[in-house]
Order: sequence, then C-alpha cells, then structure tokens
Amino acid sequence: MCADQIERLPTGITGFDHIANGGLPKGRTTLVSGTAGSAKTVFAAQFLAAGIKRGEPGVFVTFEETPEALRRNMLGFGWDIARWEAEGMWAFVDVSPQPEEELVELGSYDLGALLARIEHAVRSIKAVRLSMDSLGAIFTRLNDSRVVRNELLRIVSTLRRLGVTAVLTAERTQEYGEIARYGVEEFVSDDVVILRNLLEDEKRRRTVEILKFRGTSHQKGSFPFTVIPGEGIHVIPLSAIELKQRSSSVRTTSGNAELDRMCGGGFFRDSIVLVSGATGTGKTLMATTFMAAGVRQNERSLLFAFEESRDQLFRNAIGWGIDFEQMERDGLLRVICNYPEVTSLEDQLIFMKAEIDRFRPQRVAVDSLSALERVATIKGFREFVIGLTSFIKHQEMAGLYTATTPTLLGGSSITEAHISTITDSIILLRYVELFGEMRRGLTVLKMRGSSHDKDIREFTIDSRGMHIGRPFRNISGILSGQFTHIAPSEIDRLSAMFRDEESSDTAQDKSTSG
Amino acid sequence: MSKIVLHLYIAGQTPRAERAISTLRQMIEHDLAGYDCELTIIDVLAHPQQAEEQKILATPTLIKSSPLPYRRVIGDLSSVKDLLNVLNLPPQS
Repeated sequence: MCADQIERLPTGITGFDHIANGGLPKGRTTLVSGTAGSAKTVFAAQFLAAGIKRGEPGVFVTFEETPEALRRNMLGFGWDIARWEAEGMWAFVDVSPQPEEELVELGSYDLGALLARIEHAVRSIKAVRLSMDSLGAIFTRLNDSRVVRNELLRIVSTLRRLGVTAVLTAERTQEYGEIARYGVEEFVSDDVVILRNLLEDEKRRRTVEILKFRGTSHQKGSFPFTVIPGEGIHVIPLSAIELKQRSSSVRTTSGNAELDRMCGGGFFRDSIVLVSGATGTGKTLMATTFMAAGVRQNERSLLFAFEESRDQLFRNAIGWGIDFEQMERDGLLRVICNYPEVTSLEDQLIFMKAEIDRFRPQRVAVDSLSALERVATIKGFREFVIGLTSFIKHQEMAGLYTATTPTLLGGSSITEAHISTITDSIILLRYVELFGEMRRGLTVLKMRGSSHDKDIREFTIDSRGMHIGRPFRNISGILSGQFTHIAPSEIDRLSAMFRDEESSDTAQDKSTSG
Repeated sequence: MSKIVLHLYIAGQTPRAERAISTLRQMIEHDLAGYDCELTIIDVLAHPQQAEEQKILATPTLIKSSPLPYRRVIGDLSSVKDLLNVLNLPPQS
C-alpha cells in the first residue's frame, strides 16, 4: 500500500488488517486499550487463534481470567484452545489470581519470575505471537505500581529481543480521555489501538481505532466492529473499501421497459438504485419486478425483505403475475425475510454479506432500508449502507434499495437524506392529488453517468404491474407536496416558450408493458 | 509437631535474593533453632517450569506450605521479626 519500512504481521482478524494497512508492526508490542466489556480479551485471544491458523504458535499471559475459564469461553468462537495446547501451538502463562493466595508484601521485589516464565513459554513452543490480558489486574494485586511499570518495561523489551509480536491489553475508565490507567501507555506507546463500546441513542456500538503506529501508516478514525459467535471480532473497514469501487457501463433491465427508457437504457450493473416513496406507492412492486426481470434472464436474484412477511410478498407477487415460489424452486431466486429488530446493524451487515457470498446473486434488492434505520443511530445506519453498497458493487451486481418517506405527499425521508450521495441513481415515487383524486407520479431524480428522462410521469398499477404514462403537465410542486394547478393556457404558453419536443412521442399507450 | 517447610523462589543471585536468603538463615538458626525446618531455594531462571507450576509472579517469593496456614510472601524479607509475624512462626503448640 505504501513504502513502509516497518514489516507487518497480519493479525487475521477480519477487517482489522485493512485498517492497519497490513497488520500489526512486527516484533513490537501493541497496546490495546478499552473500557470494561470492549472485547479486549477476545481481541487478545483472536490474535493468537488467527496466528495458529497460519501456523504461528502463541503464548497467552493471563492476569485476569483463569486458563480454564478462557478455554471454556473461547470455545464459542470456534477456538479449541485445549487442543492447540496439546499440539504445542498455544501455551498459557497463568498469572490469574489464586483463590487461596493472600499475597503479603515484605520488602522490595521485582517480577523476575514472571519474566522467566514468559521467556520459558515463548522458547518452549517457539512462539511468534504473545498476548497479555490485562494489565489492570496486576496493578490491583501489587501495591508498588512503580515496580510493576518498570517490570513491564523489562518484559516488553525482552519480547522485542525474542522477536515476538505482542498485544498488551489495558483498561480505560472512560471512552474518551487518557489512553489507559496507571500510565502504562508511556512505555509501550509505539503502537496503540483503542476499542470502544459506546452507547449512542441507547444503542450499543462497538468501534476500533488505531491511535498510532509509530513510524508507519494506518487508516485514521474509528471503524465499527462486531463480535460474532464462531468468528470473533469482525471489523467493518468502511473507508478502505470505499476507495476501490468500480463502475461499469453494462446496462441491465429494471423489469419495466418504460422505466428503462426513462433511465437512458436501464440500470447500470455495479450500481445501486434507491427507490423512495410513501407507503403504497409501489416500492415493493418495483423491487419484485426487478427480481423477476433478473430471473427471467437467468440471473440469480436475492431479495432481503424487512417489512413484509414471506407469505405477504409471495401473494403480492402472484397478484402481479410473478411466481416467486417457482423461481425459488428453480434456484434462481432467494427471498430472505427478517425482522430488523432481532439484531444489530453490524451483525445484520455480516449476515447479509454471508448470504450474498453463499448465493452469489447478480441482483440484490433490499425492501426497505427504512426498516433498518429504526434500529440504529444515524451514523451507524450510514456506515451500514456504505458497507453494504460497496460490498454489492464489488461483486458485479446490480442493487436496488427502497426507502419509505414518512409523509404521504411530497417530503423526503431520513434514509434518503443520509444515503442519497451513496447510491448511484434515485427514483422517486410520489402521490399526486389531482382534482380530488390520488394519482401516482414517478421521476428519475439522478442517474449517475447517464442522461435520463427529467419528467414527472404518471403511473398506474394493475394486475400486470406498473405502467408509466404521460408526464404531469398541468400541475407543479409534486415533489414538495405543495401542488399548484396550472391553467391549460399557461401550459401552452410555456410549451411554446421552451418547445417541448418529447411530449408527443413519449406519451405512450398505457397497456403496452412487458 | 509438623515440620516447617519453606520454599524460596529467586531470579538469579540478585541483591534482593541475597537479602532474603540471609534473613531466612538468621530466622532458622536463631528463632527456629529447636524446630525441624526445611528450606529449599529455587532459581526460576534455571527452573522456569517450577515457577509456572507454583504460579510465581514476583521474586523473591517465599512459600510456607507447612504447618498450615499456607503463606505466600513476596519481597526481600527485610526483618526477621516481621517475617515471623507474617508466617505465624514459631508454631504455637
């Protein structure tokens, strides 16, 4: 990535190596600091577990939990520590408090025994990695914190001499403020990683930040992560992936010939279309049509539905002449219905990525994003959308998201406001009140990299789907919901002024749709 | 009466280790002269595995495993009087 002089050791923690520009500085000790419950122990254990999978033995120095507790607790992540110990890939240095132990201090002491044990463990399994978890526990057990600080310095320099890459965890008392208690950061301050467990709008959000890697580069800022069973820490490296998006000029059909024409020849592959509208304007129909069109041209299509049940979706589709059930049986369609409240957005993203990886679709639709927005903070939601979007675009897939506007007439949704710059195209569906009657209007607001129809066109929905018709000519203010009717003579006058050529040849018969 | 069993863990011949050993010798020879007393000195640099088994953290560490109660003392054992007090020695019965 850059001309770094400092060699890296890839941690193997998903996403972390991205933000660390390759991994932890090799042969050095990195301080990993966090408040209680910030997943420090998981980080420390995963650092070793990931190493073992690459054939690198590791030593775990535990000051807090007993080896028995660690073996048991880490099994849920799929890390069989007991087996690795038997294979000589993992060794514990057990410095956890002993129940019968009542330490009496009489005179001055050092931690020579601990140092000897660590060195012995490293040499006996030829360890490449080492984790120490966590420093606070040892400071609370020994009265003389000056001695402990000096001795830790000695341990860190010994590790450097042994060529071991180490992770040293430490407690913080607050999420923002001093890096760690007891002033430990002063001597291992070359490399500092901070884990946070924040409460934002009553929602938990975990983030990881690399505060510094002395003399070398890393991604700045904090990145969300989640802790998942069977895997451990999973960092979502937003900025790192955002930069590498491709875009292609390959077009693909939306499933509606009239809409394709309005978009200048269909949607782009590797692009995301946002369909925004009030409830009942036809968003789910558009997602359904988009899926069915994929299946019809033998593309695998994946639909994530967060608002309607499976039965409801399938019944709706039948109502528009689309047989989802048959498409699923043919293996070309997969519909996943989920309640967004069940899990956090970070976990949701990982779940969706896993499903996409498994099904390998050419099309993905999410109906609707607004349902997901309810369970997250604005920042968390934005990160989710960025994460999902860049993932979809990497896979040479076409994506369609729907978003619900809170008001029936006009208006825009929070969803829209926060993600409109992320998506490539935006289609608005709006109710239009026309002489005491509710009509529906559609416009293509944005189409990145292409010209498009700028009209607001009326559309209708019947048993065969959506039919897009003529532009609204005698009404303005549709998008804002503040309608103003314009007298026909005024329209004539304006038409003459701007000579609208399109209006005659694009007005089509409503019944011709595929 | 049970035997007094003491283990002293040191990390090399440091001044601290020497002070601890001399305090112990003095205690055994003068204050515990009439008792059956066994002192073993273990250098963790030569025997790290034993330090691991006993979970020794600091050096010097003195362990009294008999008579009960079990005692673990860290430090260079600056004074015999304090040491006897901490170790509950000599045994009362």
